[in-house]
Amino acid sequence: MKEVVVLSGKGGTGKTSIVGCFAALAQSKVLADCDVDAADLHLLLNPSIKEERGFWSGQVAVIDEEKCTQCDLCQELCRFDAITDLKVDPVSCEGCGFCSQACPAEAITMRENLSGQWFISDTKYGPLVHARLGIAQENSGKLVALVRQQAKQIAERDGLDYIVSDGPPGIGCPVISSLSGASLALLVTEPTLSGIHDLERVLGVCRHFGIPALVCINKYDLNEDNTRQIGNYCLKQGIEVAARIPFDNAVTEAIVQGLPVVEYSQGRVTQEIKSLWQRINGALAG
Amino acid sequence: MWGKDGESMIISVASGKGGTGKTLVATSLALSLRDKDKVQLLDCDVEEPNAHVLLKPIITGSESVSIPVPKVDEDKCTYCGKCAEVCAYNAIAVMKQKVLVFPELCHGCGACSYLCPEKVISEEGREIGVVESGHSDGMEFVHGKLTIGEAMATPIIRKVKGYANHEGTVIIDVSPGTSCPVVEAVKDSDFCLLVTEPTPFGLNDLVLAVETVRQLNIPCGIVLNRTGVGDRKVEEYCQKEDIPILLTIPLDTEIAGFYSRGIPLVEGLPQWKGSFLGLSDKIREIVNERSGSLKR
Repeated sequence: MKEVVVLSGKGGTGKTSIVGCFAALAQSKVLADCDVDAADLHLLLNPSIKEERGFWSGQVAVIDEEKCTQCDLCQELCRFDAITDLKVDPVSCEGCGFCSQACPAEAITMRENLSGQWFISDTKYGPLVHARLGIAQENSGKLVALVRQQAKQIAERDGLDYIVSDGPPGIGCPVISSLSGASLALLVTEPTLSGIHDLERVLGVCRHFGIPALVCINKYDLNEDNTRQIGNYCLKQGIEVAARIPFDNAVTEAIVQGLPVVEYSQGRVTQEIKSLWQRINGALAG
Repeated sequence: MWGKDGESMIISVASGKGGTGKTLVATSLALSLRDKDKVQLLDCDVEEPNAHVLLKPIITGSESVSIPVPKVDEDKCTYCGKCAEVCAYNAIAVMKQKVLVFPELCHGCGACSYLCPEKVISEEGREIGVVESGHSDGMEFVHGKLTIGEAMATPIIRKVKGYANHEGTVIIDVSPGTSCPVVEAVKDSDFCLLVTEPTPFGLNDLVLAVETVRQLNIPCGIVLNRTGVGDRKVEEYCQKEDIPILLTIPLDTEIAGFYSRGIPLVEGLPQWKGSFLGLSDKIREIVNERSGSLKR
């Protein structure tokens, strides 16, 4: 079983649209939406939820006002400025438990925190594991790890060939959690100076964790000079540019229809994404 | 802190969904205001900072950001295991005659060193990123950069925000999403500008972003970017939720072209400056109104 994760560094380069297409193109796979902060893949795949679970993660300090002697020690010790006037701000609390351990009056307990939900769903393209991190919650990395673990279990149980994951933007905690141990990363970029800058950083993360990568330039014709610059950069880095997808309003129209663009249009975008999936297949086999 | 005329105001620019135009809006707003007000731009998207690509600042200062991680003096350690027991992140393991520290798991809370009964744990800094400061055409500029391979963005965001001068207008460019880095960047703002696009993705993530800023009790307004394709659902949602759409920017290959070359919108197309000044006036009005009603 092989796992492909689609990343980009910069947000909004087209990760989810491309993963939606892979859902329609790939045989024998499970889909995983690892962007638990702002999950969008379900909007293209129209899932019916089969299983829904709470994501309990991390802890939050709770001060028992009756036991509290107002010594202020917790406030002094907390490095996350989460306690003010002997009240805990659950958003700032990192759940480290230092205050609870140190409180001389034993007035602080740590409470398990319901920080999101995760789902196993059916779609017409196959099973989908997705999640919703609660508003302003932490531990998105742990929820991503959980989504991947569930997807892996489904793939093993059903003897599926692929896990296709839609990754989060950025390079931090949830990205590292989506990436570690994957077979291949597809990095979707766009021909803007910001896109190039962010591609370099996310490629650095792939290198750091030893994950092979392919690059796809989306909307390549918006600035062909920059597209050439990305091509030269990738050549120097020994990274293959596996696809150049043209700009086409059909991509947005397909999102509005709630469809992967390969099911909406037979234009060049669709042809290019089809050959991209074949190329990824080749890279995974080789 | 409330944004009366002449008083300082912090505006954060966030979005939920990535790539909707946060940096385009933050930089053009800052460049438009610069002529009439003191402006400082803080790029708090420390995973993928991009404001510098457009503003090309001259960097004059650099400060390392590190988190304190434990260092155990094993000559004096009794291997009692207290440190491992109190660590919520499994960053310390105590064996019979050996203490293992996993610095990349450590959040730097300080519990182990404080609670060690033998007082043999000290702390040393581990660098996770840098904050760079400087200026761009008379505007103050600060951004943070998370080191590649590091996971924790929030300590760097906290450090960048520490540079806020609380004079004139402070504009904060935020990372996409709705979790801890976004909350850290947005909290304490006087106003949060949410940039979105008129698609189901834009709407889905806007709803999450609105819930986040409402939880933080910060007033918000919308910039609707790339109008022309897509649908009208974002507008319908904003109307229903009584959230003002303060500026719309059309899908336009000329605008996209300037952005792709790292040219801020108001420099490529100066006629947009008036729209951004109007945007800032509307924000000030909302903030003032709110501060008035809070005082009453």
